[in-house]
Amino acid sequence: MSEQLDQLLNEAKSAIDAASDARALEQLRVDYLGKKGRVTELLKQLGGMAPDERKSFGERVNRVKEAVVSAMDERGSTLEQAELARQLAADSIDVTLPGRGVSPGGLHPIARTVQRIEQLFNELGFETVEGPEIEDDFHNFGALNIPELHPARSMQDTFYVRNGQNVLRTHTSPVQIRTMKAVVESGRRPPIRIICPGRVYRSDSDRTHSPMFHQVEGLYVAENVTFSDLKYDLETFLSRFFERDVRALFRPSYFPFVEPGADVHIRWADPGKGERWLEVLGCGMVHPKVFEAVGLDPERYTGFAFGMGVERFAMLRYGVDDLRQFFNNDLRFLEQFA
Amino acid sequence: MKLSENWLREWVNPQATINEISDRLVMGGLELEVEPVLETLPQGVVVGRIVKAERHPQADRLQVCEVDVGQPQKLQIVCGAANARAGMNAPCAVVGARLPDGMEIKQAQLRGVDSFGMLCSAKELGLAEKSEGLLELDADAKPGTPIEQYLGLKDNVLNLEITPNRGDCLSVLGLARELSALYAIPMKRPNFPQAVVVGHAQVKVEIEDLQSCPHYTGRVITKLNPKALTPDWMRERLRRSGIRCIHPVVDITNYVMLELGQPMHAFDSGKISGQVRVRRARAGEKLELLNGETLEFDHGELIIADDHGPLALAGVMGGQESGVATRTTGIFLESACFAPTAVAATARRHKLASDSCYRFERGVDPNLQRSALERATQLILQICGGEVHPVITAGRPPAEPITVRLRQTRLNQLLGHEIAEKDVEQLLSRLGITTRHELGGAWIARVPSYRYDLRIEPDLIEEVARLYGYDRIPAKPYAARLAPGRPSEAARSLTRVQDVLVSRGWQQIVSLSFVEPGLQGQLNPDARGIPLDNPIADTLSVMRTTLWAGLIPAWLYNRQRQQNRLRLFEQGVAFADVDGQIVETSRLAGLAVGAALPEQWSSTTRPTDFYDLKADVVALLGSTAGEYRFEKAEHPALHPGQSARILRGERAAGWIGALHPKLVRTLDLPEAPLLFELDWEVIRDTRVPSSQPLSEFPSSRRDLALVVPETVSADALIACAKASGENLLQKVFIFDIYRGENLPTACKSVALGLIFNDYSRTLTLEEIDASVTRIISQLTRELGAVIRQ
Repeated sequence: MSEQLDQLLNEAKSAIDAASDARALEQLRVDYLGKKGRVTELLKQLGGMAPDERKSFGERVNRVKEAVVSAMDERGSTLEQAELARQLAADSIDVTLPGRGVSPGGLHPIARTVQRIEQLFNELGFETVEGPEIEDDFHNFGALNIPELHPARSMQDTFYVRNGQNVLRTHTSPVQIRTMKAVVESGRRPPIRIICPGRVYRSDSDRTHSPMFHQVEGLYVAENVTFSDLKYDLETFLSRFFERDVRALFRPSYFPFVEPGADVHIRWADPGKGERWLEVLGCGMVHPKVFEAVGLDPERYTGFAFGMGVERFAMLRYGVDDLRQFFNNDLRFLEQFA
Repeated sequence: MKLSENWLREWVNPQATINEISDRLVMGGLELEVEPVLETLPQGVVVGRIVKAERHPQADRLQVCEVDVGQPQKLQIVCGAANARAGMNAPCAVVGARLPDGMEIKQAQLRGVDSFGMLCSAKELGLAEKSEGLLELDADAKPGTPIEQYLGLKDNVLNLEITPNRGDCLSVLGLARELSALYAIPMKRPNFPQAVVVGHAQVKVEIEDLQSCPHYTGRVITKLNPKALTPDWMRERLRRSGIRCIHPVVDITNYVMLELGQPMHAFDSGKISGQVRVRRARAGEKLELLNGETLEFDHGELIIADDHGPLALAGVMGGQESGVATRTTGIFLESACFAPTAVAATARRHKLASDSCYRFERGVDPNLQRSALERATQLILQICGGEVHPVITAGRPPAEPITVRLRQTRLNQLLGHEIAEKDVEQLLSRLGITTRHELGGAWIARVPSYRYDLRIEPDLIEEVARLYGYDRIPAKPYAARLAPGRPSEAARSLTRVQDVLVSRGWQQIVSLSFVEPGLQGQLNPDARGIPLDNPIADTLSVMRTTLWAGLIPAWLYNRQRQQNRLRLFEQGVAFADVDGQIVETSRLAGLAVGAALPEQWSSTTRPTDFYDLKADVVALLGSTAGEYRFEKAEHPALHPGQSARILRGERAAGWIGALHPKLVRTLDLPEAPLLFELDWEVIRDTRVPSSQPLSEFPSSRRDLALVVPETVSADALIACAKASGENLLQKVFIFDIYRGENLPTACKSVALGLIFNDYSRTLTLEEIDASVTRIISQLTRELGAVIRQ
C-alpha cells in the first residue's frame, strides 16, 4: 500500500514538473485532486477500512495530498512567473522613440526679454503701464520739453501720419506723461512708480537701426526722489538682469526731459574681444518743465526716469549680433529662444 | 565736429595724453573718438621746389624736373603730374623714402631718363581719398623741411558728437573752455589784435526783427588780392575738420567758425545795392543758394536782403549771386547772432543743413560777433591783404547777464548726496559761473552768455554733479514709496495667455507695424488704414489694420526656407481710422499651415483644418470659453464656408477661418493658411471662479443617433437638446458624425451623448426616459431630426 502511495506521489510530482502551462497544471489538479481524482479516489477507500487502518492510511493519504498540493502551488507560481516574464518581454517597447503629439513653440526673444525686464522691475515695485503707439505732438514731444524747433527733434527721425497731425511714438515716454496727467486729473497724487514697455518707431533703417524697436522706460515720482536712488535702482536692475555684479558707469548726457541727465555704460566683453564700456541706458532726474506740463508741482516733487532699448539687452544677453534677425522671424532663429 | 588736437592744445594744454583727454571729455558728457591724422607718417618726404621743368624727350605726358630739396645737389625727378611747373613747391619723396601706404621710393629710369625720387600728390601722402596732380605747397615753404613737420602731420583728429544742449562746445574755443574746466587749468586764449581801420566805406544795416537777430556786426574790406591763396597751415586744419577749401575768404570764415564758434558770411560788396536788411521774406521772393538750389519763400523766413531783394538765408546759407568769387576784390563780412528758432525754422522748412545753421540752432554766444569779426579781419589782411573799413553794428549784445538761483538744500536733495558749499562754488567757477551768496543757503549764479543750456536750477545742479563726478555720488538703497495698483483677478496676463499658445506648439513672431498696402487692402478691404507720411519703403507704408498682414509674409519667408508646417502667432496693436479717429486695438492673431501634427512615426499625416485651429483658439479663451459663440459669417479674406465670427455675448471677439481661395490665387500663395485674430481687450477677462456643490448621486448616460439635414449646426442641436432637457440634463455633447450611405441626401448622422444627473437624488429610469422622449420630439419638431434606425 505504502509503495503504491509513494509511486502515486512520484508520478504526480513528475507530472506536475512536466506541466508546461497553467492549463496542463489545472488538468493535473482535476486528475489527482478532483472529484474523481486519484488521490480523492484513495480517500474514498477510507470508508471501508478498519478504524486503526483508516487512521494511519488516512494520515498517509493526506500527506500525499498535501505534497501534491504544494507541488502544484509551487509549479503554479513558477509558471505564473514565467508567463509574466514572457508577457513583459512581449509588451516591451522602444522607449527611445519620441513621444507623440506636438512639441511646444516659443516666445519671441524680444517678448521674452521684455517679460524679464518687466518682472525684475515689478519686483522693485514698478507697475507696468501701456499707452498708444500713435501719439500727438504734445505727448511725444511738447510735454517732454522738446519744443518744435529744438535740434533734439530731428525731422528725419520721426514717422508722421495724417499729414503731420500725429506721430508714431519715438519713445515710450508719452506713457509717462499720460500716467502723470491721469494721476493729477483724477485728484490723486504721487508716488508714481511705473515702467512702460512697448514698440517705438524711428525712420531709420540700416544694419544697426530698425524702423521699429522696443523700449522699456521707467518713472518714479514722489517727494525727495534723488539721483542716488536712480543709481541704486538701475545698478540693482543691471546686476539682476545679467546675473552678475555689473559695473555701471553713469556719465553726463542730455535728454530734454531730464536734468541732470546721464547715460549708463557697463563693462562688456564680446567673445574673443577685450572689455569696453558699452552704453545701455539713458536716464536722469525729471525736468521741471515736464512736471509743469502735466500739472505737478516741481518744487514739491522730484523724480527720475530711465529708458532702455530692449533689442540691445536681448542682443547682449543672448549673443545676437544682428538686430535685423529679430524682425525677420526666421523660425530657425526664433526656435533658439524656446 | 572734427578738430585737430594740435590746434586745441594751442588753446589749452593739459599734461595728459590724447586718450586721457578723450576719457576726461567723455566723463564730462561729450562723446568723441580720436583718430590719428595718418596711421603711418611718411618717411623721407620733404618740401621740394621745382626749379626747372622740361618736357620728357620720349614722352609727352612726362616732365623732367629739377627739384631743390634743401641740399646743394638738385634732384632730377621725372614727373607725370599735369600741374608740375617750375617755381612750384610740392612734397618730394627722395630715394629711400617710404610713403604712408608702404611704398618705397627707389631710383628709377622712366623712358630712359633717371629719376631720383617722386613728387607727391595729396593722395600719395594719405591726405585725401583722391586728388589730381601734385599737392601744391605755399610759395614760401622752405625746401628740405620734412613734410610731417611742415604740415604738422603728427596730430590727431577729435571727432566729437556733441549733444544738442552743448552748442557752446562746437569750436576750439568752446572745447578748450570745457577742458580747462574739467582739468581746472587756465586756458591760453590767444590775443587777436584789432585791425587798423583805414577806409570809410559803410553799409547801412537795419534789423527788422530784433527777436530773431539781436545783434549784427559787419565790415567792408576792399582791395583784396584776388590771387591770394589759402595757406597750407589753414588748409590742413580745415581739412582735418572735414571742410573743403573754396576761396581764401570763405576758408577764413570757416576757420573762424571752427576756432571761435561764430558762423560768418562774406558777401561780394560789389553785389550789394543800397542798404542791408535783416528781415522776414515776403511770399514769392526767390533766392538761389550757394548749393545751387533756388528757394521760393512763403513762410516769413529770416533773410538778409538789400534794396533789390534776398541776398542770403540768415544763418543757414548764402546766396549764389552775392557770394565771393575768384575775381572778388571787395567784401562785406557778416558776423551776426541769429536766434536758434529763427534759423531752425528756415532750415526745417526747406530741409537745409549747414555748419552755420547747425551752430545757430544750438545757440551762438551773443557776445562773440565783434571779436570774431576782428579775428576774421586780421586773417584776411594776413592772407589776402586789403583795406579795412569801420565796423558796422546793428542791435546789441544782451546788456544783463543771465542769473540762476541755486539752493544748497535743493542740490543735496536732488542728488541724494551732500557736496560742500565751497566745493560747489569752486566747481562752478571753473565753468566761468560766478556765484554770489544769498540769505538762506542759496547762490545767485551768473551764467556766461555762451551757455544757452543753463537757465534753471537743475541745469546748475547737473553742472556741479558733472564736474564733481557722477561716480562719486553713491547708489544708496532706499525705501521706495509705492502706489500699488488693484490688479483684477479676472484679468488674465498676456504672458499667461501666450503661454497657452506656446504650449500648444505655436511660435511667437514680431513683425513691423507698417505693412504692404496692397496685401492689406486685400486682406481687410473694409478697414481704413493709416498711411505713413514718410514711409521708409513702399512696402512698409501703411499701419496694419490686421496682424495677418504681417503673419502671411512671415509664413512665406519661412516657407522659402523649407519650413512647411507652421504655427505662428503675434501679439500687437492694429491701427485703423474710424470716422477720422485713430483706433488702436490690441490683438492676438495666428496663422497655421501644413500638417495637423509635426511629422512623426506614429501618426498619419493629415492637413491642419478649421477644427484644429478652433481647439487652439478655444483653449485661449480660457475658463469662459462657454460665453463665446462661433457664428458662421463672411469675411472678405476668409473662405465663406470655413469662417466664423467669434462673439462673446454681443461683443465681437474676432475671426477664425481659412484664407479665401480667391486671395490664395490673387496673392499667388502656395496654399490656404488658417487664420485667427482676436481682440485682446474682449478676451482678456475670464471670471473669478465660483464653487458649485457636487452631486453625491450617480449620473446616467443616454446616446442618441440622429439623422438631421446638413444645414443643422452642432450648436443648434446642442442648444435644442439643452433647452428641452431642463435641469436634469447636465451635459450634451456630440461624439460622432457620420456621412455616407444609408442616409437621405443632404443629411448627416449625429451621435449625441446625454448625461443626466441631479443634486438631490438618484434619477429614476422613468424620469430619464421621459426626458429623452421630450428631447427627441423637440429635436424632431425644431430641427427635423429623426432617430436613426
